[in-house]
Amino acid sequence: MNLDLTDEQRLLRGSARDLLAGRGTIAAARAAITDPSALPDLWSVATEMGWTGLLVSEEHDGVGLGAFDAMLVLTELGRVLAAAPLLGHLPASVLADRGDAALASELAEGARRAAFVAARPPGDVEGGWTVERETGAGRIPAPVLAADGTLSGTTAWVPDAPGADVLVVAATREDGAPVALVVEAPDATVREERTYDATRSLGHVTFDGSAARELPGVGADELAEAWYLAQSLLAAESLGAVETALEMAVTYAKDRTTFGRQIGSYQAVKHQLVDVLKLRENAYSLIVYAGLAHADLPGELPLAASAARSGAGKALDQASRTCIAVHGGIGATWEHDAPLIFRRAQISRRLLGGVDDATDRVAGEVLAAASA
Amino acid sequence: MNLDYTPEQVAYREEVRAWVDAHKADAPALHGQWTDTSWIAGRRAWQGALADGGYAGVTWPQEWGGQGRSPVDQVIVDQELVRGGVPNILDYIGLGMLGPCIMAHGTSEQKQRYIGPMLHGDEIWCQMFSEPAAGSDLAALRTSAKAQDDGTFVLDGQKVWTTNAQFAEFGLCLARTNPDVVKHRGLTMFVVPMDTAGVSVVGLEQISGDAEFNEVFLDGVVLGPEHVVGEVDGGWACALTVLMNERLSIGRDVTGFRMDVDRFPPPIAADAHARRDPEVRHRLGDASVDLLAVRFNGLRALTALQSGQVPGPEAGLAKLTMVEAATRAADLVVDVVGPSALDPSSEWYHVVSYLPGFRSAGGTAEIVRNTVGDRVLGLPPEPRSDKGVPFSQQRTDGPVEAR
Repeated sequence: MNLDLTDEQRLLRGSARDLLAGRGTIAAARAAITDPSALPDLWSVATEMGWTGLLVSEEHDGVGLGAFDAMLVLTELGRVLAAAPLLGHLPASVLADRGDAALASELAEGARRAAFVAARPPGDVEGGWTVERETGAGRIPAPVLAADGTLSGTTAWVPDAPGADVLVVAATREDGAPVALVVEAPDATVREERTYDATRSLGHVTFDGSAARELPGVGADELAEAWYLAQSLLAAESLGAVETALEMAVTYAKDRTTFGRQIGSYQAVKHQLVDVLKLRENAYSLIVYAGLAHADLPGELPLAASAARSGAGKALDQASRTCIAVHGGIGATWEHDAPLIFRRAQISRRLLGGVDDATDRVAGEVLAAASA
Repeated sequence: MNLDYTPEQVAYREEVRAWVDAHKADAPALHGQWTDTSWIAGRRAWQGALADGGYAGVTWPQEWGGQGRSPVDQVIVDQELVRGGVPNILDYIGLGMLGPCIMAHGTSEQKQRYIGPMLHGDEIWCQMFSEPAAGSDLAALRTSAKAQDDGTFVLDGQKVWTTNAQFAEFGLCLARTNPDVVKHRGLTMFVVPMDTAGVSVVGLEQISGDAEFNEVFLDGVVLGPEHVVGEVDGGWACALTVLMNERLSIGRDVTGFRMDVDRFPPPIAADAHARRDPEVRHRLGDASVDLLAVRFNGLRALTALQSGQVPGPEAGLAKLTMVEAATRAADLVVDVVGPSALDPSSEWYHVVSYLPGFRSAGGTAEIVRNTVGDRVLGLPPEPRSDKGVPFSQQRTDGPVEAR
């Protein structure tokens, strides 16, 4: 038993951290609110670093690493609020690796960029594969592949869909059975959303009799695995932002004095910061669990990935608010970077089913285990 | 990164499991009343059987009758005892914290005299540290030990929260030998035979009605110099050894009081309405996420132990999460089951009654947050009015008696 990082994993994490440092990604996140072109091009960086092919097997020109390795990279991206479109690309690349060698190779090398148009697997209460709707509560059925081989339906709030070359889509047949499809981007309509967090690229994807080809050998299990991979990646990315928020707030609590004392010496401040550290430790433990589940414990993947998403989401929510609170009024103004983390938290918790949905999935899984 | 056990660990698990299966007919009930002398007698005998089998003091040095094994092997033993539905050792305080302190600081006579009987459960030990006015601020304790001209010491004062004192043969007692120096410099550690004249033990009844711990009164207790562990006025170093070993044992569930994630769902799963209720599900999911985190916090700590690192104060955070999440989960279970879950015949009666006090066990939630804030996040400590001030000149709750 060993839950430490390997030397290779430390190297991967360290190189990602070094590479992202000094790229001004946090300043860019601020500038992009008024000028989206301010975001640096991190896709070419991701390609050079091999991150685009991190999860594609070596026989398809990828690096052949595991989900946890990708999660380490996402944590580093999250730490500096960097906008690299890996949340959409990586799950798509895993599905391509299973069913389309040529596509997998293109995605691995970064010659083309993919976005995963996800669908949530059925749960113990809600049956059917469902997707986000543009507004309002509840979910809608995934896009449907007609008997004539064309695809119709809409999936809203798809990470990294704008500008993607190809879409890897979780859809169903007319009888509700899941199917994985490849749709060339020009055959779908992607409507980009300018969002509260300018670093987050999101789009509503509509298929209207779109040409689609099936990914052979990719069924319900693989599509569910891709959904949980997206949950794990988002959890890992959130962890990075938690760490930045905590560091900012701790630094300020040591610098700022009131009534002749540093504010970090007051329990009312100190205990809030320790609670963020506690949530950070919990989130990291759950991310480790998710990494182990992706590699070795397929039966526990729904539980582990959902728990990681839920724990990291809760941590980011509280970290972003505590960071503002510790800074006082200034933390809620653009005199400070704390609002950027808050904006990141606000959008992140509502993506890919949302944090609450992940929490409910945890309940479903532990109830199922208790009934078994 | 892996959860795999080595072939040696797998073989060890099989060996432990076979032993448990062969001996479990002799085991006492898993749970009982801490004031029930016949159950305690059964627990003592069971600890002796575990020691004979090599399953008590698993990580202790072989020189002192231990097995010299790794923390993972200890976890394997703990898991197999839980699996077999049998109790672990009775004297987890002695074996976990006090024995290692005597090994580190005691004389060779003390080690020869005390360690063996402790291991076998022939003599049970209790930890006499906390007092009514000294819990989180342990070094503020007031029990005095006055040196006499004949070389003996006379102890007067009161201890509290003393687990197992009602049947212990010995206590390891921290007392003040010098009030005229800074508070943690004037303390000395003593071995107190619990049958010495002047020692009296009064059970402290908890919410459940059981009395797991006690008040211990010391009234003119005379101890010879051979009862001093470590140096006179050097007791704080011994206390730190005990507290460090307390951290090492975090995550070990020796009481069989499971607060694991899979304990709480069954009564909810059994209720067809509750298991589909969105609010119930959300509360269960929320608590389960945290309890899963506690499980993997523990495995991360075990990884650190294996590679020879000593867990830092951040280990206390996992206990905070455990208590908070178990409290939410237990409340949910009782909400679903209804008032009958609070009947003394229900397991939830014990869980619900135990958790409010458990929040302060081994350090209140507040002192854990202070320590972690100062030592892990590097935040400035709160200003203290006792820093550098001799104990006798300190402000306290009331008169410092029997000086």
